[in-house]
Amino acid sequence: MHIPLLTLTIAIPIAGMLLIAFWPRLSPRTIKWVSLVATAIPLLVSLFVFAGFDRSDSMSGVMQFTEKLSWIPLINANYSLGVDGLSLPFLLLTTFIGFLVILISWKIDLRVREYFAWVLLLQAAITGVFIATDFLLFFIFWELELIPMYFLIAIWGAGRREYSALKYVLYTLLGGAFILAGILILYFATGSLDMVNLINTDLTGVMKSGMLALTFVFFFLGFAIKLPVFPFHTWLPDAHTDAPTAVSVILAGTLLKMGGYAMIRINAAMFPDEALKFAPVILVLAVINVIYGGAITLKQTDIKRLIAYSSISHMGFVLLGIFALGQISMVGASLQMVSHGIITGLLFAIVGVVMHNSHERSIPKLGGLANQMPRTAVIFILGGLGAMAVPATSGFIAEVTVFLGSFSSGVVGGIQVFTLLCLLGILLAAAYILWTVQRVFFGLPHPKFEGVHDADRVEQTFSIIFIAAMFVIGLYPRVITDIIDSGIRPIAAVFGGS
Amino acid sequence: MNYSLLAPEFIVLGTAVAVILVDLFASNKKTLVGLSVAGLIASIVVAAFQWPSTPQSLFGGMIAHDSLAGFFKIFFPIMAGLVVLASADYVENFKKFQGEYHALVLLAALGMMLIAQSSNLITLYLSLEITAVSFYVLVGIQKDKKSTESALKYVLLSGVASAVLVYGMALVFGFTGFTGLSEIAGALQSMPPSHILGSPGLLMGLIFVIAGLGFKIAAVPFQFWVPDVYEGAPTPITMYLSVASKAAGFALVIRVLSSAFIEPSALANQWAPVVAVIAAIGMTAGNLMAIPQRNIKRLLGYSTIAHAGYMLVGLAALGSQPSNSSLAIGSVLFYLICFAVSDLAAFICIIAVSRQLKSDDFPAYAGLARTSPIIAGALTLALLSLTGFPPTAGFLAKFYVFNAGVQADLLWLVVIAAINTVISAYYYFGVIKVLWLRAPAAPATVPASNPLKTALAISTIGILILGIVPAAALKLSEAAAAIFVP
Repeated sequence: MHIPLLTLTIAIPIAGMLLIAFWPRLSPRTIKWVSLVATAIPLLVSLFVFAGFDRSDSMSGVMQFTEKLSWIPLINANYSLGVDGLSLPFLLLTTFIGFLVILISWKIDLRVREYFAWVLLLQAAITGVFIATDFLLFFIFWELELIPMYFLIAIWGAGRREYSALKYVLYTLLGGAFILAGILILYFATGSLDMVNLINTDLTGVMKSGMLALTFVFFFLGFAIKLPVFPFHTWLPDAHTDAPTAVSVILAGTLLKMGGYAMIRINAAMFPDEALKFAPVILVLAVINVIYGGAITLKQTDIKRLIAYSSISHMGFVLLGIFALGQISMVGASLQMVSHGIITGLLFAIVGVVMHNSHERSIPKLGGLANQMPRTAVIFILGGLGAMAVPATSGFIAEVTVFLGSFSSGVVGGIQVFTLLCLLGILLAAAYILWTVQRVFFGLPHPKFEGVHDADRVEQTFSIIFIAAMFVIGLYPRVITDIIDSGIRPIAAVFGGS
Repeated sequence: MNYSLLAPEFIVLGTAVAVILVDLFASNKKTLVGLSVAGLIASIVVAAFQWPSTPQSLFGGMIAHDSLAGFFKIFFPIMAGLVVLASADYVENFKKFQGEYHALVLLAALGMMLIAQSSNLITLYLSLEITAVSFYVLVGIQKDKKSTESALKYVLLSGVASAVLVYGMALVFGFTGFTGLSEIAGALQSMPPSHILGSPGLLMGLIFVIAGLGFKIAAVPFQFWVPDVYEGAPTPITMYLSVASKAAGFALVIRVLSSAFIEPSALANQWAPVVAVIAAIGMTAGNLMAIPQRNIKRLLGYSTIAHAGYMLVGLAALGSQPSNSSLAIGSVLFYLICFAVSDLAAFICIIAVSRQLKSDDFPAYAGLARTSPIIAGALTLALLSLTGFPPTAGFLAKFYVFNAGVQADLLWLVVIAAINTVISAYYYFGVIKVLWLRAPAAPATVPASNPLKTALAISTIGILILGIVPAAALKLSEAAAAIFVP
């Protein structure tokens, strides 16, 4: 019998959510275990898909493990799922982080039932975004993610949580509106909602060039808000800072990647001419993201906000890699997204431990924690090394690929200048990470942190898994670059760059 | 004369009479609920069996028996049935008038069913007034100060609108010489376009008709009665007004515009921009005015003004591109269904809450998620659907209407509508915030009777079914719209 593996990765978290939400009298402990199982199975399933993925050249860019059911025949919408080399790494990343997030949430004791139900729904929605191959389905998952995020930030967050949650919803909804308009325009030009089909359609034949450009811009705006690209980034520090730890991990780890993934899948693959035309403008934004994001990061005194801003800088690298439009640069951008998902996930998780145990998040008030929390310090430093792109970590290999690929892509004029400017981001990253480590963990031990607990067993477990993933990719990147490459190759072939 | 095709209407009328008679003798007023629902179900079944495969004209062209009529002959009894179920608890507030209340709900449904099938200005006006008069009484039936004031306001303003409508109809009759919609269409088609566009009287007639109908659907600038009337009316009647009466208005607008004033397209292209502008202003104004509201009935009142605006996008699409009428009308009808289930679910929750907490203001809803998770969950789902979040009915409804708009080259209008969705999210989330994030005001749970629970279950399940597997409803809407394919 054919097992719909991809459907399982969405359906099991949803089943878990329904069970938790509607089964009366589940103890908080049972709820946590149910959630753990409901995220562990999708992780195993996606590993199985990863193992069974056909990596041969002839299958490059071809959707595998496809499932297709007619859904709304009147508008040609299908329930169709599939993975190619571009989406598979993100599927893995999502199920991986989804599983760890349950461990990270283990200490939640406020409204446990609702919390885990929302987390599981969120998990299902993000997974759906990466594996949907029908535009309408893609969009439904894209928007569905908002509702659990709103509640998770607004109820379990800190600080100005309600403000941040609503800001997040409104920004993303606005982006969604642009995406929807783009989808409708495409649908009317071609009569199809099938993303694979649309990638293989020459849109210049069916749409006027002005309309094509408008559609490109609509999509880009929607995805740029999510990535986020300057000047649409202001929701991110707020949402990150006020979200509970686990939600920050999801946000940095997988949610932002929806934007980058969609830019490659839709902006670059469906609108190659427009991508080329708009690349210089977008690359300017990338430079701003990297430098402005990095510079602002240096100024932060709130440890969570600091990592949030560092994400903006790192997403600038992604934008650079994508719109350098070379094969290697796009592979690098995808790799950077995966790597950033792991590293920033780890950093947010461990910052959560610091905050939870020390009840302090302001950097000037912290200090000398390495004495009381040696394990936490080691974990944070390892994550920091990844964020600084030190060799042997995934961050290094990802950034090197982005920069080498962009510099030599030769598709967009003046790309070397943009690349060199973005290189400054590496310096900034080294500066803010080292300075943060120094201010938080070293220096004289603070008497008020006497007796602060170190990371406990659950926290050590998820940290080790994160760190292992970071080093596996850092030392043997081919474990996923081969797959990413097979997905990127047909897209990059259109641009003809290296 | 085929009277049997009016059987659903006769059943509803008969039930109304029966309700009044039974009320005289029955001591247990719950039988009225059962009787009304039974009558409505019977009429739905008959209407479904009589689903018209080919359009027919009855009574010398006064009544049309086509798929659009068939659609609404099923739609309105369902709405009336849900109103009856949802008001099962509420009628305790006016114990003496339960018979009259149920009879009037049925009569209003009868009027609306007739509106949908009128194919002549005269039957159209008569059925409109049957509906309106029933609603005047229903709005004021609570007999307290607020209710009476709303009823008076409604009578006066609706009366003015009717006068404007009749005046418009008279002008149209004067210029074309007919009252039958298809004859009017025929007369217009035989006139040269320059003659039509050159006669201000005819265009004025058209504008007056649009204005009169605009009042009924609460389109801007004829919306000012909505919040006050909605707030003062008994909540089930507010629900009835916001869902069914608005749908009736749309049935009318669709019928009149698409059968009489669609050809030649020169004429349609005249009213399309007017409708488009009304739509744009309507949704923006409705949404902006909803933001400061702190009474949930008023908030939903303003939000229905915005929703009328979204639906008008579909009508504007119809006028801009008459050749694609089935998509445009289908989208409006589908929106009506989706809006109906969502608004019903929201109002049913409000009915339940207001009975327990005696208030419709926000503080009463604080922390409802803790005290009555089912009601809070259903209300949240309804509000998400009204915002247009997937996977609820509201999302696909918007998708469809925007779809029609983009197809008719009304991209600017669709962009305005999309931005309005974001504005609406702001105030809907304001309510959701109160439900989930505030500490409960009173520890008591909200009780609900079985009929109310049934109505709530039907509408919430409807929200999800329409949002996830909408194929059947979409097919129905498109089938109903198919009569206008030129």
